[in-house]
Amino acid sequence: MSGSIQDTFFEECEDLLEAMDEGLTAVEGGEHDQEVVNAVFRAVHSIKGGAGAFGLDELVGFAHKFETVFDELRSGKLEFDAALIQLLLRSSDHLADLVATARDGGTTDEAHHNVLIDALQKYIPEEEEDLTFEPMGLGGGMGGGFAPAPIVEDKERDYQIRFQPLKEMYGTGNEPYFLFQALSDLGEVDIKLNDAELPGFDTIDVDESYLSWEISLKSAESQSSIEAVFEFVEGLCELSISSDGDADDEANALAALNAAFGTDGDDAAPASEAPAAPFEAPVPAPEAEVSVKPEEKASSPKAETAKTEQRGPKPTLRVDLERVDRLINAVGELIINHSMLAQQIANLDAGDVRDVETELEGFKNLARDIQEGVMSIRAQPVKPLFQRMARIVREASSATGKTAKLVTEGEATEVDKTVIERLSDPLTHILRNAVDHGIEKPEDREAAGKEKAGEIRLTASHRSGSVCIEIRDDGAGVNRPRVKQIAIEKGLIPENAELTDSEIDNLLFMPGFSTAKEVSNLSGRGVGMDVVKNAVTGLGGRINISSTPGKGSTFTIILPLTLAVMDGMVVSVADQTMVVPITSIVETMRGSDEMINNLGADGTLLSIRGNFVPICDVAGALGLRGASDQQPGVYLLVETETGQRSALAVDDIFDQRQVVIKSLDGVCGNIPGVAAATILGDGKIAMILDPESIIAASPAAAAFDTERRMSNAIAS
Amino acid sequence: MPSQAEAKQSDHEVKHTQYSEFVSFAVTGQAFCLKITQIREIRRWSPVTILPHAPSDVLGVMNLRGAVIPIYDLSARFGLQQTEATERNVVIVVAVHGKQVGLLAESVSEIISINPEEIQDTPQVDSRNTMEYIQGIISHNDTMVRIINLDAVISAPEQVML
Repeated sequence: MSGSIQDTFFEECEDLLEAMDEGLTAVEGGEHDQEVVNAVFRAVHSIKGGAGAFGLDELVGFAHKFETVFDELRSGKLEFDAALIQLLLRSSDHLADLVATARDGGTTDEAHHNVLIDALQKYIPEEEEDLTFEPMGLGGGMGGGFAPAPIVEDKERDYQIRFQPLKEMYGTGNEPYFLFQALSDLGEVDIKLNDAELPGFDTIDVDESYLSWEISLKSAESQSSIEAVFEFVEGLCELSISSDGDADDEANALAALNAAFGTDGDDAAPASEAPAAPFEAPVPAPEAEVSVKPEEKASSPKAETAKTEQRGPKPTLRVDLERVDRLINAVGELIINHSMLAQQIANLDAGDVRDVETELEGFKNLARDIQEGVMSIRAQPVKPLFQRMARIVREASSATGKTAKLVTEGEATEVDKTVIERLSDPLTHILRNAVDHGIEKPEDREAAGKEKAGEIRLTASHRSGSVCIEIRDDGAGVNRPRVKQIAIEKGLIPENAELTDSEIDNLLFMPGFSTAKEVSNLSGRGVGMDVVKNAVTGLGGRINISSTPGKGSTFTIILPLTLAVMDGMVVSVADQTMVVPITSIVETMRGSDEMINNLGADGTLLSIRGNFVPICDVAGALGLRGASDQQPGVYLLVETETGQRSALAVDDIFDQRQVVIKSLDGVCGNIPGVAAATILGDGKIAMILDPESIIAASPAAAAFDTERRMSNAIAS
Repeated sequence: MPSQAEAKQSDHEVKHTQYSEFVSFAVTGQAFCLKITQIREIRRWSPVTILPHAPSDVLGVMNLRGAVIPIYDLSARFGLQQTEATERNVVIVVAVHGKQVGLLAESVSEIISINPEEIQDTPQVDSRNTMEYIQGIISHNDTMVRIINLDAVISAPEQVML
């Protein structure tokens, strides 16, 4: 039981850490207003509260220090400066580590922990020291959680508090009794229950809130301390606190009280039907009348509770991913089922089936709607992923002694959850590389007339059915002579190879390539960009690099929007039905003999409006047919990521349709040229082709490549 | 209560584990069998989708209620001749480690009950290819029935594919 509660806590922590990062990023960007500071404070505070309930002392201790600094900031006693922001960022990283350690076990770097604690301590004034935080066990009553209030030498004042809970407050498990108990800790209280709104027994709605309280409190505490008591029911109740600063102001207070009752009376009738909006009808009151608004959040809350409500802008639902996946599978089956049904009806030969076809069309549209809906459940914005990347850049820069900042764009772009998860490692790798190899040392940058701090731009955008993620740095660009030299040294290319600039850049993706002069503990561990490339291709995506010397490099990752469905062109190849992803097809055409030109021994080129593109026989590349068989007559013009065009030769084209992707993982190993499989309307399985790897596997294309290289050699 | 019921049930099982049921079938004229609990279903052969670059004992993939499952030619896998699959042949769908695989066999013969004590170790023969896939042999109605080591049959193709 406690296990599952703890799981929930860690899930919440994820969200809270995200909120914290978001806030800190805003702070880093120069937004220092209360709103942002409060958001971070609340996040850290909630983590601390939850951690306290589970007895995670290390986490609590650190969160407390962190929170205290923020408390100083939001009370205006402390100002943001660059050093402090850096410290806060590092602390937030460490807090995330501590949460991860608490969840997964293991240990954190104790020295680092202590360094940060000491650094944070410098920002905390001495007297705050005494305010030790007492974690509250889950089993303990709420009352036990209230730390003793600091004694402030002040004149006692009379407060009049009107407190009317909304029914939502009871819904969140808050109990007025404990609030009163907390108030009684502040001073002498006199609580009166107002049950005037309570309807008769036969008309009562048990879920509705009818009660309100009038509390008069004699206390030396400031008004904000009283507000702090109600901090956790903020927005869940109508609350007004008024004080008569001096005793002789009694008449005024009485007026306020009367006014309060007056409003009460007016409200009584409608309130019994519907809950009144919070903070409604401010009572005309003396000097210090305050209705609690979020901006006026009290400082130094003394109530530590694990039940802290994190009210996001939209209500969300946590669902086991497996359930969503089952639903997605079922919808996939539904779509396959539809096409089977359509095919059966077409074959039926039952006279007039127009009505059935119309209905079937409706069925199809509904199925599509459901599918899109289900897919959108899995789609998530890339924002959290991008936020994590800010940390990577931060750590990489401090490890290399360079300064780099990450600028993100298109954070709201939504991508399938699995894609996001599996993108984390490749992105981390690219960003580390960008800092380690791309961005120059500050002095070199200055010498080159650039700004001292490097900039890495991480952009996400939708581009015609795919997601495009771009990582652009303004560093030195790929050192092509050096890359080529290393490739030759490592035997990746022959010594006399003539390569184009883009070919040299793409050498970075070759297995066993690593350019770092010295192995830093950051990148250059022998596993290089080829791992990144594999990860991206594993997701059905492609990666490409372009670079301008002195200006920087850009990595472009193109990914499918979803891993479950795609639009494809159904073709036939050597009597087999296959599907070619529509995204890679530029155009299709029927070829005639005069369009085909031979080049070299095996190479054939297709002439399209005066342009020649190499022909790649799909059947041949897949090993399904000997060269002697009848030549295919239809060509699909495809473009690879490097911008190179090829014509895929197939026997025939049937139609274009949406297909459900069935992974071949676990069915068989990686088949060159095949990306996945799908189930067609007749229940047969069709292979989904991967044009890029077919072209790579095609002997004709390879021959053409050599040819081109030779001509390059002659030209240069 | 439930624990008692469980105990009873396991008692029941103990009595019956003396005999396990096997499904016997023919592969290129030889008799083989698989434990009935390993078999999910038996289907009539229908043409499969060819996998490019697949080894000769992988016939292709088949759609089994929305799942893509590979079909192996048992005969080819055992190092015997390749089967020319016809409608008279059967595909035995087995499940191993949560993975479903179809095995092409000539025909299914019968269900036989075997006392585990009757199972004999495979005698040493030269054909290593066959040896790997045979767990043991039993004599049934004066014919020799070979018990297939399903793990070896299923896990081997991956090595071939790599």
